[in-house]
Amino acid sequence: MSDKLIYMDNSATSPVDPRVLETMLPYFNEEFGNASTLYRLGVEAKKAVDKARKQVAELINADVDEITFTSGGSESDNMVIKGVALKEIQKATEDNPRNHIITTTIEHPAVLETCKFLEKFGFEVTYLPVDESGIINLDDLKAAIKESTILITIMHSNNEIGSIQPTKEIGEIARENKVLFHSDAVQSAGKIPVDVKEQNIDLLSISGHKINGPKGVGAVYIKKGVRLEVLIHGGGQEKGLRSGTENVPGIVGLGKAAEIANQELEERMKHNQEIRDALIEKVTNTIKDSYVNGSLENRLPNNVHFRFSGIEGESLILRLDDKGINGATGSACSTHDLKGSHVLAAIGVKPALSHGSLRLSIGPENSIDDVDYIVESISEVVNYLRNLSPLWDNKTDTYIGDLFEKDVDEEDLDRY
Amino acid sequence: MEEYSDKVKDHYRNPRNTGVIENPSGEGTVGNPVCGDIMTIYINVDENEVLTDVKFSTFGCGAAIATSSMITEMAVGMTVDEAYNITRNDVAEELDGLPPIKLHCSNLAADALQAAIDNYRYKKENGEI
Ligand SMILES: Cc1ncc(COP(=O)(O)O)c(C=O)c1O
Ligand code: FES
Repeated sequence: MSDKLIYMDNSATSPVDPRVLETMLPYFNEEFGNASTLYRLGVEAKKAVDKARKQVAELINADVDEITFTSGGSESDNMVIKGVALKEIQKATEDNPRNHIITTTIEHPAVLETCKFLEKFGFEVTYLPVDESGIINLDDLKAAIKESTILITIMHSNNEIGSIQPTKEIGEIARENKVLFHSDAVQSAGKIPVDVKEQNIDLLSISGHKINGPKGVGAVYIKKGVRLEVLIHGGGQEKGLRSGTENVPGIVGLGKAAEIANQELEERMKHNQEIRDALIEKVTNTIKDSYVNGSLENRLPNNVHFRFSGIEGESLILRLDDKGINGATGSACSTHDLKGSHVLAAIGVKPALSHGSLRLSIGPENSIDDVDYIVESISEVVNYLRNLSPLWDNKTDTYIGDLFEKDVDEEDLDRY
Repeated sequence: MEEYSDKVKDHYRNPRNTGVIENPSGEGTVGNPVCGDIMTIYINVDENEVLTDVKFSTFGCGAAIATSSMITEMAVGMTVDEAYNITRNDVAEELDGLPPIKLHCSNLAADALQAAIDNYRYKKENGEI
């Protein structure tokens, strides 16, 4: 066990920046007013929410009144996709059902499961494939658009392998075809430039806890003029788009986190990429049969995703935890449903190999000085697990997993 | 994540009886790397049908490593017939329980031990040992 803590799972969640926490604190018990009330406390709360709206708008180059606060990335995705679907289907005619949505196979479950849900109600969804770097093909997108297409929802960047989509071009295609374009930018905001105007985005989701802000708060950008059906009805907060007494401390925290991320964007990108590139160089040079999943081009500067043959990811994560290093894996054994990562499958990583994956996602608090310790630790753990693994031949120091592979049969499935 | 019991943690941190037995009395492999888990168990059996040595190698999660380690400890000193009757619940109980989603990993350990014993019995019947 180690006293160290090197947290490198910032794409899962990130620690609240002390400056953010400090800004939030008064709104719990001093300035605790309800933003809808008339007296000073309420007015102060309203002002704080409006300030945060401006800070979030500036991060993505939107106008202030185009920002609506939500409870996080998942709610933002649900609100947009279901809201557009329900709005547009009302315009269905005999010739045009207005029920077609285009997305990708590598979206976050907040998008994928929402699309699957809509399929139950007569919506039709096209799931575009991606290449081995995790990027869609624009010709596939053009070919998928038809009369009944109402929405393209394609993530700005991927949470597992960090691939960045050609958002600007997707937006252009959407505009030419008069289709709305939503982008889940939960992993991009504060990590790379996100500019809704330049990138032709109509609807965009972001989340507080991925940018060193609090959990349980997020925002959507809804371009002026775009209409959605409302999902959460009630007292009419957020211009009636999302009722419920505002989470003032959370919103203030999201605003402050957005402001800091915006100010420090360039610096952070440089810092993250420096650490990422050092990790990639040292890991792939020291550890036999280690690979990077996805491509190094068009990739978030804070994301690296390794693959080590012959070992399983959950045991890797547990052993790294004992050494004070926190990362993530796409291994089936680590998930709730024991299915491997849909993203690694989509970029063509063989199932037997996708189990041995490790995602490290870098944040502002990580230091280049830790890289050597991290690489040594990974190397030690990978060697230990390979020693234990029937898929690794210790005499010849090679991967022999192919010998064991067979089609998944009934007997295997029975066990689950 | 649901936390593993202290015993599970102890066994995946310090797995017992890891490695390969050269020329074992029996060996069995179960699982499929495509599903993320595969386990080999090696056994040595003496003239009284007692397991004198049991070793394993495993590709799998923390629970898979812990159950393989645990079952090797349980099996040593048992007769072949006794060891054959170890169930996945026996292993899970010895480990002070497993998260429900991880129960199949203990299945794997019981299956691998049975496969090794089947292999030993087959070899014996065919006069290979
Ligand atoms: C790409 C992406 N979209 C949506 C979400 C969900 O965000 P939240 O946890 O704020 O609901 C996440 C976070 O895991 C994500 O990575
Ligand atoms: S080996 Fe896959 S869950 Fe245990």
